[in-house]
Amino acid sequence: MNFWRKVWAITWKDIISEFRAREIIISVLVFVLLVIIIFNFAFGAGVEVIKIAAPGMLWVTFAFAGVLSLNRSFILEKEEGCLEGLMAAPISREIIYTGKTLSSLGFMLVVELIALPIFALLFNLNLLTFEIVTITFLSTLGFAACGTLFSAMAVKTKARELVLPVLFLPLVVPVIIGAVKATGMVLSGQTWAEIANWLIIIGSFDIIFLVISFWVFRFVIEE
Amino acid sequence: MNVDKLKVLTVAGCLVMIAALYMIFVYVPTEANMGVVQRIFYFHVPLAWLAFVAFFIVFICSIFFLIKKDLKWDRVASSSAEVGVIFTTLFLASGSIWAKPIWGVWWTWEPRLTAALVLWIIYIAYLLIRLYVTNKEQRARFAAVVGIAGFVDVPIVALAITLWRTEHPSPVIFEGGLAPSMLYTLLVSIAAFSILFTILLLQKLANNTLESDINKLKEKIK
Repeated sequence: MNFWRKVWAITWKDIISEFRAREIIISVLVFVLLVIIIFNFAFGAGVEVIKIAAPGMLWVTFAFAGVLSLNRSFILEKEEGCLEGLMAAPISREIIYTGKTLSSLGFMLVVELIALPIFALLFNLNLLTFEIVTITFLSTLGFAACGTLFSAMAVKTKARELVLPVLFLPLVVPVIIGAVKATGMVLSGQTWAEIANWLIIIGSFDIIFLVISFWVFRFVIEE
Repeated sequence: MNVDKLKVLTVAGCLVMIAALYMIFVYVPTEANMGVVQRIFYFHVPLAWLAFVAFFIVFICSIFFLIKKDLKWDRVASSSAEVGVIFTTLFLASGSIWAKPIWGVWWTWEPRLTAALVLWIIYIAYLLIRLYVTNKEQRARFAAVVGIAGFVDVPIVALAITLWRTEHPSPVIFEGGLAPSMLYTLLVSIAAFSILFTILLLQKLANNTLESDINKLKEKIK
């Protein structure tokens, strides 16, 4: 219980600072809207094209938005020496990892849950189903689990915001494949049983990366 | 590894490689359906196999480094990653040369090709992250984390793409679908490329060790 209370303290700290500074959610949301509009120029608004391209558009947008918000998550810690403060606190590194993963997951989910209806509205698609929300949750969990690890690494390198996408995007390929496929299947009217395989793949990615990141995070964060 | 042993290995490697080339181009009969292009198979398979070995070495050495904190393991891992990336590049290229006459295209977004490409990018990212960090302890730790995460990711990538249809020729080696002469050729070729891989790895490792020795001396002068 003690573990989760400390984790929540870190997550809550992020939520409060987000409420005060409004650096992540609003900016990423604007980015998401811009990407959707640009995709509209790229693909046109033909109904047939949108049906085929929509899952890809959705997940490319969410993956890039994930990179942006994950990057911010640790750049903010790095500024003003907050990371040193966290390191000096009498808590284990695993707690820092779990807390940061939870807050990143939360921010990304908020962005996605606002973006999904907008996406659905603009392209006239039925995206607000329980299946799509489940796919979104599982995939975002994978993004956050893997991304928090690499974002902590990225802020300590010379190239900073360039490092996260270079590491993050190739590793989350299974999640992106799974999410795109499953979303496409749901949009073409298939049921839980048919998308189950993809959910299992995304879910196993989530579990494996939560465990691995939990274990190796302290090697990334130590000075 | 001292220089003499490396020389012996190099000579042995040359001999086995010549034998392998003889078998590939003279001894083994031309495959009935694909014709002469099929001989690329004897380069492609050993290269692919050793690329995986290379990344497995990166994975194991990364774990050892994180546990033991000895930079020696980091040097082995980074050497192996470099050779692995070269072998991956070569097996992608050899596969592409084979694909042009057989499939009619240099590249297709077929699942296993895509997986190989993702694998290649992951290990290029591994080499890139090493460039971005100046402190060598930190560089080793970051690289080790990427080495572990990257390797663990490979089976999930493979799993995700096997759910797609595949047009890559399925592995016939273990199903008895390969004629004995072809199997022998393949085995000799694997042996030749394994020795080549070992030589390259040891050379690169010696190179890295020298580099770290020089850096230590430099620090002393400062």
